[in-house]
Amino acid sequence: MSMRVELTDAQLVARCREGDHEAWNELVERFSRYVYAICVQAFKLPEHDAEDVFQEVFARAYEHLHKLRDDEAIRPWLAQLTRRLCIDRLRAAAHEQPDEDVETTEVDDTITRLDEALTVHEALAFLPDNCRDILDRFFARDESYRVIGEALELPSGTIASRISRCLAKLRLELEGRNPEAAAS
Amino acid sequence: MSFGSPMSAYDEQHLGELLNALPPAPDAWVRAAKEIPQTRERLQRIVERAEADDEYRRRVVANPEAALEAAEVAAQADTVEILRRKLDK
Repeated sequence: MSMRVELTDAQLVARCREGDHEAWNELVERFSRYVYAICVQAFKLPEHDAEDVFQEVFARAYEHLHKLRDDEAIRPWLAQLTRRLCIDRLRAAAHEQPDEDVETTEVDDTITRLDEALTVHEALAFLPDNCRDILDRFFARDESYRVIGEALELPSGTIASRISRCLAKLRLELEGRNPEAAAS
Repeated sequence: MSFGSPMSAYDEQHLGELLNALPPAPDAWVRAAKEIPQTRERLQRIVERAEADDEYRRRVVANPEAALEAAEVAAQADTVEILRRKLDK
């Protein structure tokens, strides 16, 4: 989980461009789940293809970071790059299996959902460590109450209520940043 | 960090679904992506040495995998390709 939440995407990109390796690590941390999810959920790439695309996305991002016109636009830039490389990969595979086709509407819907998911994931970074950890373990890592209880040294009977309290904090965090959604 | 994406509602179920939508990428993939700057720097050192030393350049062109391994860079196909491109420039 990110420790440099004080940096905006634009600040992070600027530091990467200056050759700050720690900033690069943070950029990879911040967007690795997003890129991974686009590969395997939006385009349903098999794991070995997804790994190739994932590495290629970050390699190209590193190489072409200086071409980014608006540093704050790193997220859509990475999404577009990932999308293009996934399509290339599927087209290459389609030469061998011509039935393969990309349902662009479905892909767009999935990427929109992943965008929203990343916004929520980023908000996690502003919660206390214990909340961040328990929510990530339960929802994103699919860990059971027993596994979470052992890892965090908590009685498993208290985990459900902690998750609920932490979700309420997350909700407050998000509503504070986007009051319109809170009203919907 | 921007929070500008459209959010529908923040009920618990929806939040849970969105958190569930972003599982971590495999650790090894993330590690490899983090090593890109170091890998590129090592590649650059090989290229600079090859530019200054014809004999070394011949050895690298003949066996780029060995040059990469000597520089502690994993000799994956894409890395070899990048090295070849840089040497051709």
